Amino acid sequence: MGWGLVAPALLWTAAFFLLPFAAMVALSFAHMEGREVVRGFDPGNYVRIFTDWTMLKALLNSLEITVVVTVVSVVLAYPLAAIIAFRVPARWQRLALLMAVLPFWTSYVVRSYAWLLVLGQNGVVNKALLWAGVIGEPLEIAATRTATVIGFVHFFVMLLTLTIYANLIQLSPNYARAAADLGAGRWQTFRHVIVPLTLPGVVTGAFLTFVLCIGDYITPQILGGNAELTLPQLIMLQMGRSGNFPLASALSVVLMAVVTLAYFASSRWLRLDRV
Amino acid sequence: MRALSWAYLAVAYAFVFLPVVVLVAFSFQDGRLPVPPFQGFTLDWYGRVLGERDLMEALVNSALVAAVSSLIALILGFLAAHALARVRLPGSVLMRGVLIAPMTVSYLIIALGLLTVFNQAGVRLSLWTAGVGHVVINLPLCFAITYAAMGDHQKNAERAARDLGAPEWKVLLLVSAPMLAAPLAAAFFLSVTFSWDEFIIAFLLTRFDVTLPVEIWSMLRSGISPATNAVGSLVFLVSVTLVVLLEVFVFRRVK
Amino acid sequence: MTAGVSIRAVTQRYGTALALDSVDLEIAPGEFAVLLGPSGCGKTTLLNIIGGFAEPTSGNVLIGGRDMGGVAPKDRPTTTVFQDYALFPHMTLAENVGFGLRMRGVAKAAREAKAVEMLALVGLDGRGARRPHELSGGQRQRVALARALAVEPDVLLLDEPLGALDLKLRRAMQDELKAIQRRVGTTFVHVTHDQEEAMAIADRIVVMNGGRIADQGPPREVYLRPKSLFSAGFMGEVNKVPVKGGEAAFGPVAVPDGVLCIRPEAISEGGSLRLGPCRVVETVFFGTHLRAHVAPEAAPGLRLVVHLPQGAEVETGAVLDLGATDFVVLEA
Repeated sequence: MGWGLVAPALLWTAAFFLLPFAAMVALSFAHMEGREVVRGFDPGNYVRIFTDWTMLKALLNSLEITVVVTVVSVVLAYPLAAIIAFRVPARWQRLALLMAVLPFWTSYVVRSYAWLLVLGQNGVVNKALLWAGVIGEPLEIAATRTATVIGFVHFFVMLLTLTIYANLIQLSPNYARAAADLGAGRWQTFRHVIVPLTLPGVVTGAFLTFVLCIGDYITPQILGGNAELTLPQLIMLQMGRSGNFPLASALSVVLMAVVTLAYFASSRWLRLDRV
Repeated sequence: MRALSWAYLAVAYAFVFLPVVVLVAFSFQDGRLPVPPFQGFTLDWYGRVLGERDLMEALVNSALVAAVSSLIALILGFLAAHALARVRLPGSVLMRGVLIAPMTVSYLIIALGLLTVFNQAGVRLSLWTAGVGHVVINLPLCFAITYAAMGDHQKNAERAARDLGAPEWKVLLLVSAPMLAAPLAAAFFLSVTFSWDEFIIAFLLTRFDVTLPVEIWSMLRSGISPATNAVGSLVFLVSVTLVVLLEVFVFRRVK
Repeated sequence: MTAGVSIRAVTQRYGTALALDSVDLEIAPGEFAVLLGPSGCGKTTLLNIIGGFAEPTSGNVLIGGRDMGGVAPKDRPTTTVFQDYALFPHMTLAENVGFGLRMRGVAKAAREAKAVEMLALVGLDGRGARRPHELSGGQRQRVALARALAVEPDVLLLDEPLGALDLKLRRAMQDELKAIQRRVGTTFVHVTHDQEEAMAIADRIVVMNGGRIADQGPPREVYLRPKSLFSAGFMGEVNKVPVKGGEAAFGPVAVPDGVLCIRPEAISEGGSLRLGPCRVVETVFFGTHLRAHVAPEAAPGLRLVVHLPQGAEVETGAVLDLGATDFVVLEA
């Protein structure tokens, strides 16, 4: 009986996730001759990825941006979640949290577009700085890596605030009480008890951020400009212009490999069931 | 220390709301570009957006895809969670792993995989193919939420129902599902949210009929315009209203 | 280290609800006091106020003669053993026990030595390197106790610490708690709803009900000479028979007006206060005694509970001439 219930979900996952994934990996070992896909076991695509400077640059780009975004987002989100969990009166916490993540509900595409408006040459930030006399000419923020990072950080600070907050309020209040009872001041309690106990949750959130950020096409495409590409942008480029599906597949496999490495690196603290 | 906390909170909120405020403010721009200076207040852009057939069709498409794919994901996830939580099947750890796996794979890769398979199988791209992709991304979520919510007191209620003579499907329909109403509702709502806003899978797996995010993307191609602001503001308004309604009617009641 | 606790006219109000109503209590240094009562009686509230986790709406708390008004938990000479133990899961047992000393700036070597000593005191020597999740409930409780005692508080507060343990373990822990308290000499204030537990460990029982103290005294006194009807009923089974003008339902009695309270084990065939012939309605063998429901012939509607000796051979319907060897008369 149990089999009958679980089979549909498994079949769907097998047919529409595992199979496509396998097909994609198989395709990555094919190559293009003109417009035709020639199958075979040819690691040429992978060789190209690791020897072609533009491709390597895209990979490095993605890694650098993702690491910076993850670190900055965690550093900014933790205090925000802690303030809402510990300083805001219990009655207002739900509202405070909701307010902190409300922009989550703009469409992801629209949100990145909105940052384009804010950071553009004629945008709010430049106009404000010009008006205040801080700068003489508009800054070039949009269409650079900085804009991409800002756009990402905006999204992930909201996401991490949610997950870290959920973690913080799950803690039994008796831990903090016991620490205070034994003589710990507010800061000591935070440092010795709260932070270590919430670390697994933070690592889980950071991993989630890493995965979502490195695989995202939209934000770099809208905010990043054309000077530097990220890995997802490169993948889309290969699919679009040249229709080079084998190469796109190989790049995807590399992306997956990076994510898997990140998983193993953080698995010591990772509790995916506790997100 | 206290003052510092409130100051940080204020700055954080300002940062978080900045793009949304700019988006909504300049949707009323009486001018060509949604950038400062603010040239006057008008509702023209909203009028234009609501009158545009492509946009309205895309909106309906999004709702359809979201609703149908979320429902399928919910049913599949619920059945699987029920089976794995109640019955001791061999290899259940592996099965759970397989069902959850898509959560850690980039949507771009899922889309690419599906595109590859559909191309080879000669399946035409449509809202259905996009829907299939959305079920793939939402199934793990529905499964995980339901699985985590299955506890002992449901188990006992199910046993009582079986003891009183109910066949398995009735137990599921009349006892298990209603007892899990809150997590099921949450999983459905979350899936709808993810599907509704999802871009890359919809972009790669549709052809002629598209969803709203894809349509907005095409709007972006032609440069910035207050019309895009208007669409974005509308989407935001609808989403927020849904969340508020949900909060008031579903979550408050369940408490 | 040890000190006495003075609670003077402490009132605690939550909105319109009155959790404590002008409570006065003196706990002597080195005493093992037990706050006993049903849930909602205010015992935990009082404990929290002594520990500094709540400030009373009015009244004072003095520990060792010092007024604790406005003093935070971390600065009070008290430590608490919480109901869920609250052991820090990410630290070893030794680190847990040494935590309070660490907060006071004690050097590592001294901390570790003290932790070893305290773990030995509670019967867990050699396990310093383990983590809380590796221990059973009873063991965790002991670590919580060791942690609280490591900082040598003047007063140790215990919030229903034995609630999560099964009966046998609870009994063993009760004995251990009493032994440890005797050894260290610290004042213990222990909250429980279990009257048997209170009697097993207390030097003094404080019975609370509805935010007030209903009775207090050594276990023997509270059990045999209760000062209120509530306390009589809470400490154990008791037969209550109203008396007016020297008359009770079963016949004349030479006691003042009020409610005559007789414990089941105080009724036997002897006894100075005669209850008259009683018909046995029902008997149940309880191991240590034979529990019988009897109805006095003079008042067939009245039911009295009697504990007869283990070996008594008594059948339903038999008539016994019973009397009480001990009793109190309390105000209604």
